[in-house]
Amino acid sequence: MIRPDAPVLLEIRDLHARVEDQPILHGVNLTLRAGEIHAVMGRNGSGKSTLSKVLAGHPAYSVTSGSVQFRGENLLELDPEQRARIGLFLGFQYPIEIPGVSNLEFLRVATNARRLQKGDDELDTFAFEDLVRERLAVVQMDPAFLERSVNEGFSGGEKKRNEILQMALLEPLVAILDETDSGLDIDALRIVAGGVNHLASPDNATLLITHYQRLLDVITPDYVHVMAKGRILRTGGKELALELEERGYDWVDQELAALEVA
Amino acid sequence: MVAASLSRPAAAPAWSQTLLQALPAPGGVLAPVQQRGRDALAALPLPSRRDEAWRFTPLEVLTALDPAQLALGSAPPLSLPPAASATLRLVLDGRSDPLAGVTLPEGLSPLSEAELQHCLGRTLEANGCREAWPVLLNKAAAGQLLALRVQGAVEPVLELVCDAGREACLVPVRVLLVLEEGASLALLQVHRSAGANLSSVVVEAQLGEGARLQHGLLAHGHSEAALLAHLAVCQEPGSELALSSATAGWGLLRFEPRVQQADGQAQTTLRALQLVSGHQLADTHSQVVFEGPEGRLDQLHKVVAGDAGRSVFNGAVRVPRAAQRTDASQLSRSLLLSERARVDTKPELEIVADDVRCAHGATVSQLQQDELFYLQSRGIAADRASALLLRGYCEEILRSLPAAAAAWQPLPTLLGETTDR
Repeated sequence: MIRPDAPVLLEIRDLHARVEDQPILHGVNLTLRAGEIHAVMGRNGSGKSTLSKVLAGHPAYSVTSGSVQFRGENLLELDPEQRARIGLFLGFQYPIEIPGVSNLEFLRVATNARRLQKGDDELDTFAFEDLVRERLAVVQMDPAFLERSVNEGFSGGEKKRNEILQMALLEPLVAILDETDSGLDIDALRIVAGGVNHLASPDNATLLITHYQRLLDVITPDYVHVMAKGRILRTGGKELALELEERGYDWVDQELAALEVA
Repeated sequence: MVAASLSRPAAAPAWSQTLLQALPAPGGVLAPVQQRGRDALAALPLPSRRDEAWRFTPLEVLTALDPAQLALGSAPPLSLPPAASATLRLVLDGRSDPLAGVTLPEGLSPLSEAELQHCLGRTLEANGCREAWPVLLNKAAAGQLLALRVQGAVEPVLELVCDAGREACLVPVRVLLVLEEGASLALLQVHRSAGANLSSVVVEAQLGEGARLQHGLLAHGHSEAALLAHLAVCQEPGSELALSSATAGWGLLRFEPRVQQADGQAQTTLRALQLVSGHQLADTHSQVVFEGPEGRLDQLHKVVAGDAGRSVFNGAVRVPRAAQRTDASQLSRSLLLSERARVDTKPELEIVADDVRCAHGATVSQLQQDELFYLQSRGIAADRASALLLRGYCEEILRSLPAAAAAWQPLPTLLGETTDR
């Protein structure tokens, strides 16, 4: 939902970043306002996943110039955990398996860290179980997964549901979903996308990173951005995604070549 | 250190001599064993780093203990946490009869003197460790033993508590268990020390056909304390041994679980968690020998090494020609929490039979950056995230201890003093 007067939640200005000695982002500009759903598309290696990791504060990536404001606060000087607590959420493309750490305890510790930041009371085990059972419905997840170790032995679809469950518990203001559709069959895709739609509200914003149109068939974006060589090459409405689906990414190469000549 | 061991004389060193002179005279049912142990020990040098089996294991923590004080001291009266329900707790101090005043539950009975003559030392012999220095030390010192026959399914967990306390002393613990055909028992062995002292442990177990032994060992020590423990098991076909050990805090720990599958066709599961910090040294030398076909081994050895702690693991698996269709897997995983910590890990597979499946692997790593980041990206602070990951790493082993271990709060006990990061 586009409202020009909605508050800006995330503002990325001329962001350059590298991993080890390899520059990957070459000047990304992006503004997310409350209520908006953005999709970032592009080929492998275009910098989409790097953008998501930089925003979440992954230690392997370093910002070389540019700025990121989160509701007016300098996001880049915060630790990853602090970014999460103030309402930034990254849904992982490959959620990590953590043997021996109970999923339920993990979810509770994470939820309470966010609640404390918001000034809410911490939830004890009983109150949390009530909350988590209610939120399980958002992704139609079997409560048995709460008793297992975090993501351990989960199928691809179960891991992605677990990501959306975390999102449902943390109630972020900005959710970045990195290839949440990858590795999902059509039923799992519907459930996960249904969860994302359910959680989208006029008060938060969503950034979907995806290769494919099929996710955007079930989650309608307000903006579609095409990323190439570490910057956003073009921005449009949902029809841009359809155009990409139809024409492929070859025109991106042509535009890039034209840019480089110029 | 190497130079010191090179100059060591071949005869028994002063340390052993002083200990042997100060020990009380042999007595009781074990008197002949004690005498033989003393004679043998008197003729042996201390293990040195020239011996392959002790290459990474200097004995400074042991030799820093005054042998005369060790021999004269005794373990203190204990204050113990209440035992878990359905647990038979016995206190072993090496000096008093652990069965005095105890009513044994159905299925447990003391071995007669004749049976003892027949059985004692047999599994040590079968596992090739009858003359090992730590075993001889135990024989020389132990004046008491716990020797039990196990019949049928024993209901309560048998909990053996050995606490060396704060003062200098030598606590020699000797246990012999004979599990008859089809018997089953859960055993929890707890060792503690809070000062400069020595715990010496020899446990033998014979598992008859179809017998099952769930054996937990929980040992939390002190940076000036030494624990030398041998565990020797013989398994008949169809039997199952599940051994889980969790150790932390000992200045010197040497643990040698040795298992012989007498005719193969048995299941052996070994789980270990070994934590070192400060300048502690923990060394596990395990050995599993298959003397017949279709035996199975599932072994996981985990290490957490912090500060300048040192960890040694040597896992021997022997599969001679008779042991066709053996299925053995051994994995060693070490977590390094500090750049000064040191881990030496070595699988030692000796496979002669040709139709076998034997897998082994070893990993040494730090806490995974991606795991930490995942937790942090959910709002969990870095130190809390590290602690969660560490607990998860340990929990995998601790959850295989007998339920009675809960009374000892193994996780906080083991981590409490070992993870000052």
